[in-house]
Amino acid sequence: MFYRENGQFKTSYRADQQVFPILQDRVAIGLVLIFAFAVVPFLASDYLMRAILIPFVIISLAALGVNVLVGYCGQISLGSGAFMAVGAYGAYNFFVRFPGLPLIPALILGGLCATLFGILFGLPSLRVKGLYLAVATLAAQFFSDWMFLRIKWFTLDTPSGSVSVSNLQVFGWPIESAASKYLLCLVVLVVVAVLTKNLVRGAIGREWMAIRDMDVAAAVIGIRPMYAKLSAFAVSSFIIGVAGALWAFVYLGAWEPAAFSVDQSFRLLFMVIIGGLGSITGAFFGAAFITVLPIVLNQALPVIAGWFGAQISTVGIAHAELMIFGGLIVWFLIVEPHGLAKLWSTGKQKLRLWPFPH
Amino acid sequence: MAFFLETLFGGLMVGMLYSLVALGFVLIFKASGVFNFAQGAMVLFAALAMARFAEWIPMWTGIESRWFANVAAFAVAGLVMFAVAWLIERLVLRHLVNQEGATLLMATLGIAYFLDGAGQTLFGSNIYKIDIGMPKDPIFLLDKVFEGGILINKEDLYAAAIAAALVALLSLFFQKTGTGRALRAVADDHQAAQSIGIPLTRIWVIVWCVAGVVALVAGMIWGSKLGVQFSLTTVALRALPVVILGGLTSVPGAIIGGLIIGVGEKLSEVYLGPYVGGGIEIWFAYVLALVFLLFRPQGLFGEKIIDRV
Repeated sequence: MFYRENGQFKTSYRADQQVFPILQDRVAIGLVLIFAFAVVPFLASDYLMRAILIPFVIISLAALGVNVLVGYCGQISLGSGAFMAVGAYGAYNFFVRFPGLPLIPALILGGLCATLFGILFGLPSLRVKGLYLAVATLAAQFFSDWMFLRIKWFTLDTPSGSVSVSNLQVFGWPIESAASKYLLCLVVLVVVAVLTKNLVRGAIGREWMAIRDMDVAAAVIGIRPMYAKLSAFAVSSFIIGVAGALWAFVYLGAWEPAAFSVDQSFRLLFMVIIGGLGSITGAFFGAAFITVLPIVLNQALPVIAGWFGAQISTVGIAHAELMIFGGLIVWFLIVEPHGLAKLWSTGKQKLRLWPFPH
Repeated sequence: MAFFLETLFGGLMVGMLYSLVALGFVLIFKASGVFNFAQGAMVLFAALAMARFAEWIPMWTGIESRWFANVAAFAVAGLVMFAVAWLIERLVLRHLVNQEGATLLMATLGIAYFLDGAGQTLFGSNIYKIDIGMPKDPIFLLDKVFEGGILINKEDLYAAAIAAALVALLSLFFQKTGTGRALRAVADDHQAAQSIGIPLTRIWVIVWCVAGVVALVAGMIWGSKLGVQFSLTTVALRALPVVILGGLTSVPGAIIGGLIIGVGEKLSEVYLGPYVGGGIEIWFAYVLALVFLLFRPQGLFGEKIIDRV
């Protein structure tokens, strides 16, 4: 009823090529942003911030990066956890070795470290693709696991590879309270999301998608596969690296290499599948789903078990979580291969015609 | 020299077990084009089933003989793996016919998670022992040539013998039986096989059953060496570079790749490890496979696929 675009005429190319060409979308996004920036910090409790909102925002950022590589460029990557780790430890090294370096440049430098690492491990993508590449990216994961555990230089000679940061501040603002952490992550997320959206709309995004859909044909029409693939690896690992640095600096505070294990890589891949491959909104849906699901299950499973007069232990919950995760992935792939984002856009399409379906 | 040979033999033995897991990957990929990430979960699931049934069956039947318990547990665990294979085909693969390889890969990731959870819910998540009565005492070879001889675990020899027997059995199955021939036909060309009346879905069930049995044997051997526990799934991650090295579609490739990776891992750990801080076993195989891919993307024995527009 309200979601209808009659009467919204585009009189210039500029107007036609906006990110959100429909007025209602612009209003809705504006409201969401106002809500996220101005209302949430006052409403949400500290627990909600620390347990759900901050991880959700950071993980959305990482999922966005994975989506650039997997969703837009079609290069399956199982090494996202490694890129996060490189971003985190890279930022840490710059932050500690150069006293007085502000937080934001440290984050960006961490992202750049991840970019280099990503390009290096993206090189095999020029020779192999698909399943072989997925295994090749696993190499990045195992290599980084080993590197941060065994090469003491990266962790400033701490014995277990666990490091910590403190006294974070941005432009003189201390990043101590949950609300300030949340706002910092949110600002980064919004900036990166807008940049990414414009990137994938532009020439380079089209090149990525052409490579994804049919690489040989893309090469024939003059797209350089090497440039396209490596740029996707670079952009994606930069975003994932920044997310990793935020995850370590802001969310964890103190961390060890196990925080970025192969499990993290798989989880990021699931987010992108469940959220929707090749969609910016999908990254948010997927991240929300995967962040909230374990918490919901933790609360709900004992209650459900209680209805049947059964007791369920924490171990049982962990196993049930694995099963539900696995089942959901398969179910999504079968029923809705384009993920939650597709459901969302189908819903919008239906609304435009409502109440007359034709 | 003796130390080098010992390391070499150790590597070969480990490599044999990698080959077993890799064989599971290759079988499924050949017959259905699915890169089965769940192979590791299947190994864990099968080993858990076997370990637990070996405990439960004497309790239920009251027969004390360990030999009987093991054989019965193996049979029951085999049946469980058949059921798993049938369910996977019914519930997952059938709905994903004609999807891209990437989608199928992710589906098997989902299956892997499900099996991990289900296995531990059904069979418990402690560390269990599989005791199939393999002798553990070491033997010494060539003690005339080298001082002290070369120390080899008898257990490893038995494991290698079982693995070799399984491979021989599989190749007989593939070469001599009608079903095996049908499997190879499907591997060559799905459509052609279907058009001469080979039912694809049944072939898939069979091939997943075979992979289940391979997983069971692998799980049994690994389990009796290391104990059955969650870390068994990582064995499959270690076996992935084997497949890459050997080529996704080649059974001999899986075996030779496994041996190369096993030997390479052990030798690199012993001779290179000390210079870079140790623990390089974890990634050596991957980096080896990666470098190899740069020169020969289809693997040692893989088919060369030529893309045309």
